[in-house]
Amino acid sequence: MRWFIEPGFWSSAPVQVALAIGGASAVVSAVVGVFTVLRGQSFAGHALTDVSTAGGSGALLLGVSPIIGFVGLGIIGAGVMDAIGVRRLRGRDLATGIVLGASIGLAALILYLDSTSRATTGATQQILFGSIFTIQSSTVPVVVGFGVAALALVTTLYRPLLLSTAGPEMAAARGVPERLVGVLFMAAMAVAVGLSSLTVGAILSTALLIGPAAAAIRLTRRIGWSLALAAVLGVAACWVGVLLAYDSYYWTSAHRAVPVSFFIVSLVFCFYLASGLGVRTRRHAAGRRAGPDPGTPVPGAGAATRRQAGA
Amino acid sequence: MTDPPSAKVLEIDGLNVSLSGRRVLDQVSFSVGTGEFTGLIGTNGAGKTTLLRTVLGMQAHESGSIRLLGRPRSRRSHLIGYVPQKANLDPDLPMRARDLVGLGLDGHRLGVPVRTRQRNAAVEESLAAVGAESFAGARVGQLSGGEQQRVLIAHAIISRPRLLLLDEPLANLDLHSGQEIVSLLAGIATDQNVAVLLSAHEINPLLPVMDSVVYLANGQAASGTTEEVIKTEVLSALYGHHVDVISVHGRILVVAGHEGLDHLTMSHDEVAG
Repeated sequence: MRWFIEPGFWSSAPVQVALAIGGASAVVSAVVGVFTVLRGQSFAGHALTDVSTAGGSGALLLGVSPIIGFVGLGIIGAGVMDAIGVRRLRGRDLATGIVLGASIGLAALILYLDSTSRATTGATQQILFGSIFTIQSSTVPVVVGFGVAALALVTTLYRPLLLSTAGPEMAAARGVPERLVGVLFMAAMAVAVGLSSLTVGAILSTALLIGPAAAAIRLTRRIGWSLALAAVLGVAACWVGVLLAYDSYYWTSAHRAVPVSFFIVSLVFCFYLASGLGVRTRRHAAGRRAGPDPGTPVPGAGAATRRQAGA
Repeated sequence: MTDPPSAKVLEIDGLNVSLSGRRVLDQVSFSVGTGEFTGLIGTNGAGKTTLLRTVLGMQAHESGSIRLLGRPRSRRSHLIGYVPQKANLDPDLPMRARDLVGLGLDGHRLGVPVRTRQRNAAVEESLAAVGAESFAGARVGQLSGGEQQRVLIAHAIISRPRLLLLDEPLANLDLHSGQEIVSLLAGIATDQNVAVLLSAHEINPLLPVMDSVVYLANGQAASGTTEEVIKTEVLSALYGHHVDVISVHGRILVVAGHEGLDHLTMSHDEVAG
């Protein structure tokens, strides 16, 4: 293992904090991400990352921990998006676009103020692209607290959320208060985005929200398995990313470490690509199993036979 | 099952509904008896979906009354099962047909589902009632139209409703699948003593099983048995201009009398035999 894990990895305090925060935010993002993808709210999730950017940089300006700004303004942003009309299809794009634009403008102002009023530089880099190795260990309980709250919210809403995701009309007929469920879910999404902003930076937090979830949804047939697989993929990307970033310090004689966010986001991207291959292989196998005629090993044959059988 | 044979599941009286200022349902009155199969017939835009949504409590009405089993309908009653017109089930949704049926039982409750023996038995029973056992493990969004329709019906009847509302369930099905769904629903109505109110723009597929018909046109309704309602005088009065009702080989054609005001043809022109 020595060749893979460089000396001092496990005993390093910043690494321990990074693993804890990365793991917690990856689990929350994966679980919330599965519902985000299925509800078609990826763009809304992205708008929340921009709100997070403004919140995080504002927190730095006020001298508060960025996590408070990331999550706090994110939840307010979710409320504003709901008020503008995130429920309707057109309103959804509109709400997202308006909130996204306004928050980037706000972030531009606050980041400028940050860079002029503070002696230390790098605030922009820290907020936008993350710096997981510089997080204080006192932040860990805050992150875990927010994470548990978001997961508890999603667990509580699980069945109504699932039904309204599968068929809004069916949910409404069963008396599910869709708007309330939608707003509460957006709040959980704001927390997830806030936590991953801390891990990979506000700009990149969509990757952690959408990537593992999208890959897991491709590979599973049951929502429970999607949630579990997404969490595993997210945590794997974060932890391997932290490890690679730590190791990268030793890769060159110049001892310049590569940013963690780069590794995490790249791993997420690779997982997504691999899930596409996985689906293709499985469909190929299913196509051969389904057909009594062995002469048709065409990609996608499984889906075709399914449809014919049902028609 | 404990109701007297004459009991009405649904009684609608003088129902008025407007959508953005336009009167869509005007003094609509009719009733549906226990275990009866009722066809809700009308052209596109006649107000069929609005009527079903109003009965469900998803659409407010200005005046009139809706009574379920003799009592004023409480909001979102568990006595009603609903199959929406466009379920639009996502092919990428990682959910088996079986899981969607289970959500018919407890999808409105908080928390995660607990798969008790009782719940599993109810799911299996509903799947069997619609003949969906063979594809119960497949992703629900990847099933064919007819298969999805069966799963949606299982989702709607698992909570043992007394009234089942279906919005244009035959709209996207071929003739054969449509016939299968109609006879399936007729069987469910008898076996489970659930009244079926099914909307369609086409009356002929329903003729073999229908106990009564509610015909919607211009926001107004005429109801009764097929013989009572589907007549030249009744439909002409409803449409406000002359229409002819013609019976050909046991099928019914409703034809606009003149000027071609509406497209009222309700035949199976496209299907031979």
